[in-house]
Amino acid sequence: MVKQISVFLENKAGRLASVTRTLGDAGINIRALSIADTSDFGILRLIVSDPDRAYAILKEAGFAVSETEVIAVSVPDTPGGLAAILEVMAEAGINIEYLYAFIGTRAENALVIFKVEDPQRAVKFFGERGISFLRAEEVYAL
Amino acid sequence: MYWNQEMECMPRPQLADLELRRLKETVFRAYTFVPAYREKMDAAGIKPYDIQKLEDLAHLPFTTKQDLRDAYPFGLFAVPMSEVVRIHSSSGTTGKPTVVGYTQKDLFTWSEMMARALTCAGATRHSIVQNAYGYGLFTGGLGVHYGAERIGASVIPSSGGNTKRQVMLMQDFGSTILTCTPSYALYMYEVMQEMGVRPSDLRLKAGIFGAEPWTENMRREIESKLGIAAYDIYGLSEIIGPGVAMECELRNGLHVFEDHFLPEIINPETGEVLPPGEHGELVITTLTKEALPMLRYRTRDLTSLDVSPCPCGRTHVRMKKVLGRSDDMIIIRGVNVFPSMVESVLLNVAGVEPHYLLVVDRVGSLDELEVRVEVSEKVFSDEVRKLEELNRQIRKELEGALGVAVKVRLVEPKSIERSEGKARRVIDNRKM
Repeated sequence: MVKQISVFLENKAGRLASVTRTLGDAGINIRALSIADTSDFGILRLIVSDPDRAYAILKEAGFAVSETEVIAVSVPDTPGGLAAILEVMAEAGINIEYLYAFIGTRAENALVIFKVEDPQRAVKFFGERGISFLRAEEVYAL
Repeated sequence: MYWNQEMECMPRPQLADLELRRLKETVFRAYTFVPAYREKMDAAGIKPYDIQKLEDLAHLPFTTKQDLRDAYPFGLFAVPMSEVVRIHSSSGTTGKPTVVGYTQKDLFTWSEMMARALTCAGATRHSIVQNAYGYGLFTGGLGVHYGAERIGASVIPSSGGNTKRQVMLMQDFGSTILTCTPSYALYMYEVMQEMGVRPSDLRLKAGIFGAEPWTENMRREIESKLGIAAYDIYGLSEIIGPGVAMECELRNGLHVFEDHFLPEIINPETGEVLPPGEHGELVITTLTKEALPMLRYRTRDLTSLDVSPCPCGRTHVRMKKVLGRSDDMIIIRGVNVFPSMVESVLLNVAGVEPHYLLVVDRVGSLDELEVRVEVSEKVFSDEVRKLEELNRQIRKELEGALGVAVKVRLVEPKSIERSEGKARRVIDNRKM
């Protein structure tokens, strides 16, 4: 399972810069990120090269940070690629909390990070349906 | 103009005799009828007959808000419930409120105090008193009400809220005296502006404002906007409610109605009694209260006493306008808010003791309270929904416990300033 790092950010100038600088100085590379925001605060979600170390460093730096298990699915980078996967997930009743996509360096496929209600079940389901998802090491090493 | 010239202008030596006699009676009754007082006095090694002169008061143990909470609800009452004819309760506290009771005679004393206070502001039987203090468990509404009736004034029990109607009543009924919190008076002015009502077209002459701290600047603002004389009144439910002290027409300090309430000023750190003129915490001993006698009650309000004669003729000592507290209580729209209350709510909701900060602002003329809460790892979630739910839950719990509207803002860990390791709990931007 892929570990995502989530960080609480106040809606203030310089907060995102501060997190990314902290990671950068520690030699940690960001693979993917997304921000969910409200009028008062934001939640920064990160896929990084070394999540355990990133977690420790950010915590040390005083951020409210958590580790969450997510699934990185390889989606054909063609029209309807994501839709096909979402449809089968909906049929199977796999609830998605949120997702974000990034186009990695891997040729024809895009990567979509899913946070689902029940990750174990989702992984099993993807396996049965032949939907390819990436192992954690693969994602960190992208 | 006095309500009770004999008592209000009593020569000081005579007043001191009266105070001593009443003090002895009060201490005796408290010791005899209230186990909690007896235990405290026994522990301090003092008996009622040790009180032989007024200075002996300093030997008595203090009574605090915590004592009232510990005795919840009626533990400090010195009379059987069959003698209690009224119960009031203080606004917002942690869990349990503080409860106060009155006998028939206590209510009579209270209306006498309020009659004196209203007379200080020029009220007579010809006055029309619009009482916009809240009616209910809060002592403000009923306290003023009975005092005004005692005088024979016409009372409009408009209570708080519905400001347009307040203005309409003021216009149509010709209210001459307004009683409410000072911030509400300013808010009324704004509503008058919106409604196109000119204060000069009203018959309003004076306002009696209390239940929250207000400055001389605010007094000038109210006076110039509403075109009235603004008087400060002081009181607290633990002692009796409004009518413990009141400004006379000179408005240079509030006369403490000493024949019923004996004031002292102490150093809040050491408990030592300070001489007249020195600034410290106001401590009050009730001299005639039957249901709930208070021995050396620590009000936590900071002020000083002025024993010099007042040109108005009243001989009762004057206390300065209260502008500070010896604890960090804040008063928002007449409601007492302690940071400790916020703390226990947060502890309940978040399961940890988070760092927090209360920020009070006056927006327009109404006070607003924002509570900033640091997001700890324990409560943090990667889902917006969960954090918003947390925010909502904290707000709901706080509003339930405090009795005022609250805005909750989640902030980053360590973002609330700490000085010497201890977090500052309150920022009051109301320019007191």
